Amino acid sequence: MESLSNKKKVLEQKPLNLAERMYLPAILKGLGTTMGHFFKKSSTIKYPEVEREFSINWRGMHSLKRDEEGRERCTACGLCALSCPAEAITMIAAERKPEEKDLYREEKYAATYEINMLRCIFCGLCEEACPKEAIYLDGPIVPSDYLRKDFIYGKDKLVEAPLEVK
Amino acid sequence: MADLMKVTIDGITVEVAPGTSILNAARQIGGDIVPPAMCYYSKLEGSGGKCRTCIVKVSKGSEKDPRPMPKLVASCRTTVMDGMEVQNITSPEVLEARSGVVEMLLINHPLDCPVCDQAGECDLQNLGYEHGLQKTRYEFERRTFDRIDIGDKIQLHMNRCILCYRCVFTADQITNKRVHGILNRGDHSEISTYIQTAVDNDFSGNVIDVCPVGALTDKTFRFKNRVWFTKPVDAHRNCDHEKCNGQVTLWYKGADVLRVTARKDQFGEVESFICNTCRFEKKATSDWNIEQPTHIPDTSVIASNHYETFKPLPVIMENLALQKANQVELEKTSKF
Repeated sequence: MESLSNKKKVLEQKPLNLAERMYLPAILKGLGTTMGHFFKKSSTIKYPEVEREFSINWRGMHSLKRDEEGRERCTACGLCALSCPAEAITMIAAERKPEEKDLYREEKYAATYEINMLRCIFCGLCEEACPKEAIYLDGPIVPSDYLRKDFIYGKDKLVEAPLEVK
Repeated sequence: MADLMKVTIDGITVEVAPGTSILNAARQIGGDIVPPAMCYYSKLEGSGGKCRTCIVKVSKGSEKDPRPMPKLVASCRTTVMDGMEVQNITSPEVLEARSGVVEMLLINHPLDCPVCDQAGECDLQNLGYEHGLQKTRYEFERRTFDRIDIGDKIQLHMNRCILCYRCVFTADQITNKRVHGILNRGDHSEISTYIQTAVDNDFSGNVIDVCPVGALTDKTFRFKNRVWFTKPVDAHRNCDHEKCNGQVTLWYKGADVLRVTARKDQFGEVESFICNTCRFEKKATSDWNIEQPTHIPDTSVIASNHYETFKPLPVIMENLALQKANQVELEKTSKF
């Protein structure tokens, strides 16, 4: 009977020959595809050695900034910790001694400043809340680690290195 | 008692005793129409009239003389008259003048709120938040003073002072010996002590509570923590001092009492003055009988992340109209 739409295609099912039964043409075709990729541009990068360029609004690891004289900007006002929706930030304030005038910008500073990177959701609200422009999420991806305690970043990891005077 | 006087503030009428100030009449009504006050303190005689933040417009002087007062008046210093009509937040003129006053108060204020221990419970901060400008228009050097030491319990930051004189009145009226006061005149006036005399009196700590800004702060609490991270709890103890009733607010961080203050009412004034032993020396939970958590209005930053009452979002709130409509529909369908 003739089909109504004439779209029916009858496939010829020939018996496979010996080479086809040994998958030789299929293997060669597959190898050809693989070989073809040797000459194409790689779509991945070797991450820890090579890093992609971040977009300008990328939010990565936090850094505590210094001012133009190399003094720490943070005054431990606590607004970052208040704004933090994940409650990842804690700090203890201390009073600056007269001999520490070139270390800290104002009379109060953060003696300890800790961010729990496991709690942090990188929302950037701390950056927005900071009245002293002291914290920015301008770092790289937070590296992986084995122990939970190693994800609590203190001032040793967060404060940016002082500018080298040339 | 003499006849009560009828006064109308922002359209709300209240009857008060003769001699009441407009500010106190407004406080009897309560709510948004209460003018803010930086220098007036109901517990201190003679306070008020300095800061001008409480200015209001008197649109009708009295029943006998209905002419309006020619200028805005300080409500803490103006007594009510029978039939007086007062405009506070309903008058744009008052709001504009008040924001001008706030700008003047902030001219010499160092704006170091990130460092200041008063931040979070500061009257000037609240006032600036409500009435102030985003930016300062002042271009000159701000007035600064050399730091002086007035003892090991109280920290004086003269730069932050707005010269409300509250602490001077406190020292005059609550303690029996005042050693600090205002020195110099005009723009140079400052709170100080003569020849660095330490403020040393059983009740001297109360100047911390009456200070509307961060000029006088608790040295034992200095930089310990931010106010909004501490948890206020009402407590009392049997104080030996005959003038102190030992009713205080403890400010907890974890298990530690970081600070002890007097209890404050809704207008930011202390309920009763407390002695220095209670304030500075009793900082263990075992010294106190805990009563209850202090009520904090949810407009305050101290109340952030603490919920006294569950307030559901509008979408899940009870909607009586909707419930009734549903009931009617249910009856229609289940009638037969």
